[in-house]
Amino acid sequence: MTAKRIGIESSLAIAEAVRLANVDVIAAYPITPQTHIVEGLAEMVANGHLDAEYIPVESEHSAMSSCLGSSAVGARTFTATASQGLILMHEVLLVAASLHLPIVMVVTNRALSGPLNIWGDHSDTMITRDSGWIQIFVENGQQAFDQVLCAFRIAEHQDVLLPTIINVDGFHISHVIEPMYFLDQEAVDGFLPPYKHPHALDPDKPVTMGCFAMPNLYTESRKALDTSLRESKKVILETWKKFGEMTGRYYKEVETYKAEAAETLLITMGSYSENAMEAIDKMQSEGRSVGLVRIRLWRPFPYMAFLEAVSGAKNIVVLDRAMSLGGPPPVCSEIRSALYPQEKRPQVVSVVGGLGGRDISPDDFEKLIDIGLGRIKIGDTSETIMFGVRE
Amino acid sequence: METLSIYAPKLVTNKEYIASGHRACSGCGEVLAVRYVCKALGRNTIISNATGCMEIISTPLPETAWEVPWIHTLFENASAVASGIESGLKSLKRKHGYTKEVKVVAMGGDGATADIGLQSLSGAMERGHDFIYVCYDNEAYMNTGIQRSSETPFGASTTTAPSGKNSLGQHTQKKNMAAIAAAHNIAYVATSCSSYPFDIMSKVEKAMKVKGPSYIHILSVCPTGWRCASNLTIKLGRLAVETGIFPMYEIENGKYTLNIDLPKLRPVEDYLKLQGRFRHLDKDITAEIQEKVFDEYNKVKRLAAGNKAK
Ligand SMILES: Cc1ncc(C[n+]2csc(CCOP(=O)(O)OP(=O)(O)O)c2C)c(N)n1
Ligand code: SF4
Repeated sequence: MTAKRIGIESSLAIAEAVRLANVDVIAAYPITPQTHIVEGLAEMVANGHLDAEYIPVESEHSAMSSCLGSSAVGARTFTATASQGLILMHEVLLVAASLHLPIVMVVTNRALSGPLNIWGDHSDTMITRDSGWIQIFVENGQQAFDQVLCAFRIAEHQDVLLPTIINVDGFHISHVIEPMYFLDQEAVDGFLPPYKHPHALDPDKPVTMGCFAMPNLYTESRKALDTSLRESKKVILETWKKFGEMTGRYYKEVETYKAEAAETLLITMGSYSENAMEAIDKMQSEGRSVGLVRIRLWRPFPYMAFLEAVSGAKNIVVLDRAMSLGGPPPVCSEIRSALYPQEKRPQVVSVVGGLGGRDISPDDFEKLIDIGLGRIKIGDTSETIMFGVRE
Repeated sequence: METLSIYAPKLVTNKEYIASGHRACSGCGEVLAVRYVCKALGRNTIISNATGCMEIISTPLPETAWEVPWIHTLFENASAVASGIESGLKSLKRKHGYTKEVKVVAMGGDGATADIGLQSLSGAMERGHDFIYVCYDNEAYMNTGIQRSSETPFGASTTTAPSGKNSLGQHTQKKNMAAIAAAHNIAYVATSCSSYPFDIMSKVEKAMKVKGPSYIHILSVCPTGWRCASNLTIKLGRLAVETGIFPMYEIENGKYTLNIDLPKLRPVEDYLKLQGRFRHLDKDITAEIQEKVFDEYNKVKRLAAGNKAK
């Protein structure tokens, strides 16, 4: 495949992917750690490397609202945000999904206030979980570049037409310089067909978007949206297959690492998976039966693929980089409810860690797995473990 | 009236872009204003509408009263959505051979405009998007049950600023949105009123000629919220203008023109006494309102006269 390998900051690689996608409108408001992406894009537009309208809006609420407008007239639309910005957009996100507007957004995942914290975790995106967006996690800059291109193809596919978030861990991915392969314009043009909304706002074919629904139709609208989101998986998988054939880089809903026949599986999402892999390598070399399962597709949740990935395990240790204050954390809840109807269920223990940018080193992952297994051994898995917390 | 029915069809298109059958209250001045706005805009228009009465009365799924492309998303973001529509079309024109000439219009009530949506409106005007913003101002949040807004006039009783033993109702003065819009240095700002169809239409036509943002603020009588008879809509709108309570003017590139310059204003009482929302006001408060109206009216007059002097 035509490709050159270069060392570049992930944020700039994301901007490059957006440029290659020949996006029509970018509406964005700056927030750490997303800034390098939108600054990169602004520079491309200013220098004529990207022909797009760049709307320097006055808030994230307006960023996403502008995205609704541009996507609704049939313009390919991109934005990026994080943390407070994402939750300020929140009201608008749900509308994007319900109106079937295929906006692509990168979220450089960051903790939420308070206390104010600019570093990475998944609290921001977890609050967006139920918004109707397709949500995909990546583990490094190359994956971020790849998935942004895939996202346009998935979101704008006529059988999908749903907005899509690519979750990129703040700093741990966004600000890291790594060697990666780019694609050339010809390859991207072949992969990504032009965007056409079947019911765009058009004076020659007037449509009304955004009716209100009475109780007799609201449930049906929500059901229809849920069905579209679930069924988008087909196109997601197809897109990843096509992307793999083009680049040799294949993506799956749930990916495993040395998980076959492992008694204990660690579950992670996002960039910390790479440290987790090192821990697994070391533990396996010491004869421990441990493996890793990484969830890439968060919404629609890949139940079948997940169950298949964990089918042989006895113990599962789930790492959440977000909390649900007063209840179990989101990833673990999802996993427990996926497993509950199964006849043969592994023991599941929930761990929260890596909040607000706190590192989890390979050594820490080893400890974390052992603490989890310790709880399973004494039959006490009801409480979530706050890993490394000082009390 | 008979003469009007002969001439009106020649002056105004009989094409409707907000069709009858919508669910507005009888005597609704807002929908009247919107109807004239749309007649002036014509078919090559995309409307971004804020949440509120006009959205609710016109689009119960699966029905719609709109005959132009129309989008409603939220309460406070009509201007930001319009920004995206305008930018999207610009991009499509430059890159993808799109050739239609479309006017982008954002619309909202006084709440959507002067309160919760003020930031997004200010942002869109400051960025210079080519769009018209229309505020149909019925002086309260009517859709949710007559709660006060920053456009509710002094002395009016609303459900969240009711009159009572210790309150005269609204104790703040009406926010001056036209001045706020003009402070963005936009080319065209105007006020109008739902009782003056030709005024509305000619102002919309002027706004359509502007490249960049323009703002039209239309006082729109709401019999339900103002607690008046529904056959008084037209009369009350006229009284608002004739008493000087709501002067109709334009601000073109910063220059004020008073469109209806009355030699003598009618007493405010003529206007207040027809509305339940002012029923509780005593003579002293009415006198206070009268004085304030003179002040404000003279301010606009002076601004307009200043232009002439130049
Ligand atoms: C964020 C948000 N807050 C509150 C509401 C509830 N709400 C819907 S319409 C409305 C008032 C609309 O008032 P206005 O803009 O003056 O328009 P009108 O209904 O009077 O035409 C309110 C408060 C909402 N939809 N969204
Ligand atoms: S409440 Fe007022 S503005 Fe709303 S539809 Fe009724 S008359 Fe019109």
